[in-house]
Amino acid sequence: MDCASTAWLLLAAVLLSTVACERKSDGAADTTGDIPVGFYGSLTGDGASFGQSSREGAELAVDELNAAGGVLGRKLRLLVEDDQSKPEEASNAVTKLVTQDKVVAVIGEVASRRTLAAAPIAQRYQIPMITPASTNEKVTEVGDYVFRVCFIDPFQGEVLAKFAYNDLKARKVAILRDQSQDYSVGLTDSVAQHFTRLGGQVLPPVSYSSGDADFKAALTRIRSDKPDVLFATGYYSEAAIITRQARELGMKMPILGGDGWVGDALQNGREALNNTYISNHYSGDNPDPIVQNFVSTYKKRFNRDPDAIAALAYDAIKVLADSLTRAQSTNGPKLREAIASADVPGVTGRLKMNAKRNVDKPAVVQEVTYAGGKVTFVYKTTINPG
Amino acid sequence: MDTVLQQLINGLSLGAIYALIALGYTMVYGVLRLINFAHGDVYMLGAFAGYYLANALNLDASPSILGAIVVTLGAMAICGVIGVLIERFAYRPVRHHPRLASLITAIGVSLLLEYGGQVVFGANPRFFPQMIRAEVYSVGGVQITNQNLLIIVVAVIVMFGLEFIVHRTRIGKAMRATSFNLSVAKLMGINTDYVIAFTFALGSALAAAGGVMVALAIPRIDPLMGLMTGLKAFVAAVLGGIGNIPGAMIGGVLIGLLETWLSATAYSTYRDAAAFAVLILILLFRPAGILGSATVEKV
Amino acid sequence: MRVTTKILATAATVGVLLGLNYLFEYGFGDFRINAYYARILNLIGINVILAVSLNLINGLAGQFSIGHAGFMAVGGYSATFVTVYYGRAIAGLLGSSLDDATGAAVVMTISLLTGAAAAALAGLAVGIPSLRLRGDYLAIVTLGFSEIIRVIILNIPAVGGATGFTAAIPITNFFWIFAVAILTIVIVRNIAASTFGRVLATIRGDEIAAEAMGISTTRYKVLAFVISAALAGVAGGLSGQLFANPLNPQNLNFVRSIEIIVMIVIGGIGSISGAVFGATALTILPEALRRLDQQFPGLRMVTYALLLILTMIFRPQGLFGRREVSWAWLRRRGQDRPAAAIK
Repeated sequence: MDCASTAWLLLAAVLLSTVACERKSDGAADTTGDIPVGFYGSLTGDGASFGQSSREGAELAVDELNAAGGVLGRKLRLLVEDDQSKPEEASNAVTKLVTQDKVVAVIGEVASRRTLAAAPIAQRYQIPMITPASTNEKVTEVGDYVFRVCFIDPFQGEVLAKFAYNDLKARKVAILRDQSQDYSVGLTDSVAQHFTRLGGQVLPPVSYSSGDADFKAALTRIRSDKPDVLFATGYYSEAAIITRQARELGMKMPILGGDGWVGDALQNGREALNNTYISNHYSGDNPDPIVQNFVSTYKKRFNRDPDAIAALAYDAIKVLADSLTRAQSTNGPKLREAIASADVPGVTGRLKMNAKRNVDKPAVVQEVTYAGGKVTFVYKTTINPG
Repeated sequence: MDTVLQQLINGLSLGAIYALIALGYTMVYGVLRLINFAHGDVYMLGAFAGYYLANALNLDASPSILGAIVVTLGAMAICGVIGVLIERFAYRPVRHHPRLASLITAIGVSLLLEYGGQVVFGANPRFFPQMIRAEVYSVGGVQITNQNLLIIVVAVIVMFGLEFIVHRTRIGKAMRATSFNLSVAKLMGINTDYVIAFTFALGSALAAAGGVMVALAIPRIDPLMGLMTGLKAFVAAVLGGIGNIPGAMIGGVLIGLLETWLSATAYSTYRDAAAFAVLILILLFRPAGILGSATVEKV
Repeated sequence: MRVTTKILATAATVGVLLGLNYLFEYGFGDFRINAYYARILNLIGINVILAVSLNLINGLAGQFSIGHAGFMAVGGYSATFVTVYYGRAIAGLLGSSLDDATGAAVVMTISLLTGAAAAALAGLAVGIPSLRLRGDYLAIVTLGFSEIIRVIILNIPAVGGATGFTAAIPITNFFWIFAVAILTIVIVRNIAASTFGRVLATIRGDEIAAEAMGISTTRYKVLAFVISAALAGVAGGLSGQLFANPLNPQNLNFVRSIEIIVMIVIGGIGSISGAVFGATALTILPEALRRLDQQFPGLRMVTYALLLILTMIFRPQGLFGRREVSWAWLRRRGQDRPAAAIK
């Protein structure tokens, strides 16, 4: 037996371990200089559009704060890491941010499955993590250092179910869900649960996968069941095509979706988008100056309308900055305390942390309309939690 | 009853898409015995080429049939060139290496096109301009759009066109000769390099046409769109008999019908796996495919 | 090697590993391991297992499989399932718990063995029908199987579905990863040097001639496949139970399989040292290239792809070819002999 390879591997492991050693005392964070804030997101891969949106929202917020003098008299420095849409890479990125770059807090991620992978790291090293848009319940259950500024799947499902039952008077609904996205699966379960509880009938959900382009088969089957309302709980690119193909098949019933519908490519749906509704974090046409300010500065800088993901990332940074100021420190546990008691007026609503480290904010239901080549979300109603 | 008919139409439309791409796959494999993994990504490039051309011609605001034809031909030309370049710089150097080297290179090219596409085009999906306004025709309880019809018609035309080229022209004869035995074809005076380049150009142009047609019907395009579709089209080609042109058409339609049927049942979640299950079954029981002929390997 | 030398070597190895493991978990005195580097080292170890086990199929046996991620998934999910649903009970039976070293070690052993067995079964199921097929077809079929496995897992809520197996309990540590990595190298090494290895080499050289010589090629190919799959399954079990590293079906897809192939291609298909080198280099490379990604997101993967293509064109045998790193090479160097023979 030639054990040379084994010996080399061991030797390499020992050498690398020695190189990787550091003093235990090398833990204290700087008290002067820029405040490093970590950001991880899917800038490449199949989640890239969300990663890029959230990055833009975060950068906008950081630049605004720095222009106004920074936080605690120091400027914020956003350290951006890409996780390639992979949970394993998300953990790599967050480990690096927390242990190498010594960030004071981490912002991210959008997809719950990546946040769930990386959150334990933040928890272990006692660095607060604020997720802008992960809606899976389990995320904040990871530990008391994990927070979120968006509503959770169960709530959004409740909103949609209530709207369909009470406002649209639907009694029999069909659901088209994206089985490869935990967001869609979670939202589907929640919608089904709440709608049944209200007394309605939910047909067995039909599934597709992200990236699918043809839904005619699934829609035809749904058509034969004659539902009053169709829920499409996936993301915007598929939503656009689903609405188009549904209309092409002669299906005229209202189609409902969640906040995942908000994205440039929804435009694709064109006239098919009429008679569709979504639940959303905020309404771009909300006349509140906070919202309008955000929309115009974002537009000026990035040359397109912001989506909810960008708005949420923006809010996450604002909550962090507010908490840093109140804590008067960048120390992990102290910062955590401050975030846990945050009550900040955000673009996406009032961000008041509750005991579960989620925010109790209402959701809006908007009607989607398409006219003159543009998609507009018209405010319909607000539904409050509880 | 009209649900069944509708699903049939749906399946045919989907199948025609796979068929269009499978035709290119089968042709290249037929001549070179190379599974061109990058074929699906050339399809994607065709869609993007069409996107930029159509926007340059401002066809979204003023749709026109002429414009659509120009865009399609333009995309085909661009991708034909790209196909030739890929062959020249990535596949030709490894042509005489063991076959697995070519396969790995093909995978490399595929990855390069996908992630390169993400870098160059950005990862956000784009929506393809409506060069031809969608119209829905309703016959009995069944709906079909003009774009879907277009895909089916084009696929059939392409199939007959390819058959003609391969079996009735000189270059087609040269292609068939090269596929039998490259070295002997060379000895016979055939410029095999040129024939192979032509094959790639033709295959890539077809993929591009497919890309534009599909982008019309399903307007969302992104750099990763070629991956899954390409793989399923490959399965379709194998199902019909790899190297066999009508086979690719049949294979494509069958896969399309199978996926449609599955989507309509409780097993919709397993739809993605269906194409691969078919592949495995076919290779186990009839590796030559439906229309293929079993070749005996001579020692 | 004589038996006593073997025992001493094994004991020494285990000793070093335990020592390093202690360093990883608790540090020595005022020193500790930087967590980021520790994580990378752990990932290197897992990739070594994957690369070396794939080498058994692709390198030694000369069969082209693109389905390794599927076996990793089957083994990983089975192993994690056992720990999550039965781990506490098992540890309890021994009067211990999962936080206790003994309890964790026993549960880990059972978990990994389950993973290996499940993956081996999958390897059998995939191998028997597929290994009758030729090169490129085998590649596609293995890819197909791995995709089917992925879709099935996606639809099992008990293991997390699309969210991933986040309920996993992190009992993997440096010791386990590197112990298995070294074990993998030893196993594959021994196979390569044995009669079995010679048979595989014959099959790789010319399968028809081998068959004509009376070797039942399918049986040996399947055996190699099963062993390779089992090892990949163990890698999966280790990976899924590493801290903050839950298994996710979306990422156990054929892109992952291709990443492992790139590792052995760069290092040299057929060389174990090459596989180790490739695994190490390609785990470190993406991390080292983070700066690049900041400027142009996606440049990392583009670099990957280019590396693959260029290696195939200019040096298809990879860095090591079929050669291995060995003591003999050092000895030859020391004695200033003329150019060493290529094995």
